[in-house]
This record gives sequence, structure tokens and C-alpha cells, in this order.
Amino acid sequence: METEAAKFIGAGLAVFALAGVGMGIGNIFATLIASIARNPASRAAVFPIGILGFALTEAVALFALLIAFLILFA
Amino acid sequence: MDPLHQFQIQRYLPINIGGLDASFSNSALYMVITVALITGLIVYGMRGRALVPSRMQSLAELFYEFVANLVRDNAGPDARKYFPFVFSLFMFIMVGNLIGLVPGTFTFTSHIIVTFGLALTVFVFVTLLGLIKHGFHFFSLFMPSGVPMALAPILIPIEILSYLSRPVSLSIRLFANMMAGHTMLKVFGGFSVLLGGALGGLGYTVGILPLVINIALVGFEILVAMLQAYVFTILTCLYIRDALELH
Repeated sequence: METEAAKFIGAGLAVFALAGVGMGIGNIFATLIASIARNPASRAAVFPIGILGFALTEAVALFALLIAFLILFA
Repeated sequence: MDPLHQFQIQRYLPINIGGLDASFSNSALYMVITVALITGLIVYGMRGRALVPSRMQSLAELFYEFVANLVRDNAGPDARKYFPFVFSLFMFIMVGNLIGLVPGTFTFTSHIIVTFGLALTVFVFVTLLGLIKHGFHFFSLFMPSGVPMALAPILIPIEILSYLSRPVSLSIRLFANMMAGHTMLKVFGGFSVLLGGALGGLGYTVGILPLVINIALVGFEILVAMLQAYVFTILTCLYIRDALELH
């Protein structure tokens, strides 16, 4: 197989991590909505934690993206 | 049309100190602009010290109170004296991220060396803080209380590894977010240009679609710029709490 083709396949495989990240972020916001719906008064306390969880999970997606970029361009 | 072209460092004023390249680059220029803007906002905004604040004073107070609440809620009441450090960090990252969103400018937070420098500062600061405050007892951070002794051989290496990876994850999170966001904007902008080049007039009409997406993305990127500054700051606060209270 040509190196160039293998690079593209590798970059595609690297972003497979997004499957997990998608589930994770969906889970975070589903729980966030559910908890605010159950107890609207808790919004102020729960919202920053949800956003923090979102950012931490999103970082995993970006690590994967970074690897894909490294494979493609470096 | 290389989407990564925007991250290139240009030397404006070559300075070489004993083989060390300390040139004044576009990265340094935008850091200077950032610091000047923050200083300008705080000094100019607070010059009146009015009881009923002017617009600029309200803005300065807004940031101050936001970070002050963040430090109080997440780092504990003892962390009050480290507020200036956290505030500078937050303002530097947030204004740097936002300036980078102005078309044609350079985002210094999209370079790993900048974010890693910031993260390493936090890491060294927190470690020294814990060591000075608790001395040798600081190392109990690596062995959470209430865990059976049998788990120690597994748990301690994991805790040490996760502690050492803090600066790496902190810096890569910010850097990757900024770099990915700006690359994405450039890629969508490139779609419009490519369509126009390939199809002529029809292409320019269809090319409005990527432009619309791009406008939405800029809005999203403004959110990300502030969110990442917030996350960096909140994690710094949590690390300071760890060092002060040791679990």
C-alpha cells in the first residue's frame, strides 16, 4: 500500500474516538437537562459543572483531531 | 490554500542572544497587545472608582467579580491571596483567544509552546505551594485516605502519573481547541473560494452556504474562546485547592 493512502486511512481511524466523545457529551447534556428539569432551582449549581464536564470530554475529541492532523501534515 | 498557514510565526525583529532565538515575532506582538488591552481596561475602567460605575468600570468589575467568585467557590477561602495570579491567567487567555478571532490576526494560544508555558507555570506554582505549605506531608496527595493499603502499589503510580500529566492535558486542551477551531473556520472559508473558482458565478451563489456556516461557527468560536479560558482557570483553582487542602 502506498504511504499516502495509509496516511489517510490512519487519519480516518484516529478520529474514531469521536464515537465515544459523542456518547459522552450526549450523556452529559442529557443528565444536565434531566437534573435541571427535576429541580430547576439547582440550575445555578449544576450548570458550571456540566460545562466543565463538556469541556473535559471535548478535549478527548481534540486529542484525536490533533493525532489526525499530525498524521496528515507532520 | 493551506488551512495551517495562519499559524506561522513571522519574525518582526530578529534578536539572537547567544544562539537563543528570542526574536520579536507576531506571537510576541499579539501578547503585548493583549497585555496592553487588559491593562488599559482595568486601569482606564477603574480610574473613576465611582460608586455607580461607568460602562468601562462595570466591565472591569464584571471580570473581577466573576473570577473572584470562581476562586472562592472552587479554590476555597484560603486561596484568596492567589487571586491576582488566577485573574491574570484568566484575562490573558481569554483576551488572547478573543483577539485571535478578529480576522487577519494571530492567535498565540494556538501554539503549544505558549499554552504549555502557562500550564507549566501553574503546575510548578501548585507543586511549590503544596510543598511549602505541607512539607513532606504533601505526598499524601498521591494516596487518597480511606483506600485499603493493598491497593497502594497500583493506586500510587496512577495518582503520580495523573498528577504529572496535568500540565500536558491542561496545555493540549487549550491549544487543540484553538487550533482546531481556527483550522475549521479556514476550511469552511476555503469551501466558498473553491466553489467560486470551480463554478464561477453559480459557485459564488452556492458559496454563500459555507459562509453562513462560517458565521455560525464564529459565534461558536467566541463561546469556545471564553469557555476554554474558564476551564483553564477553574482547573487551576481546583489544583490550588488540592495543594492547599490535600483531598
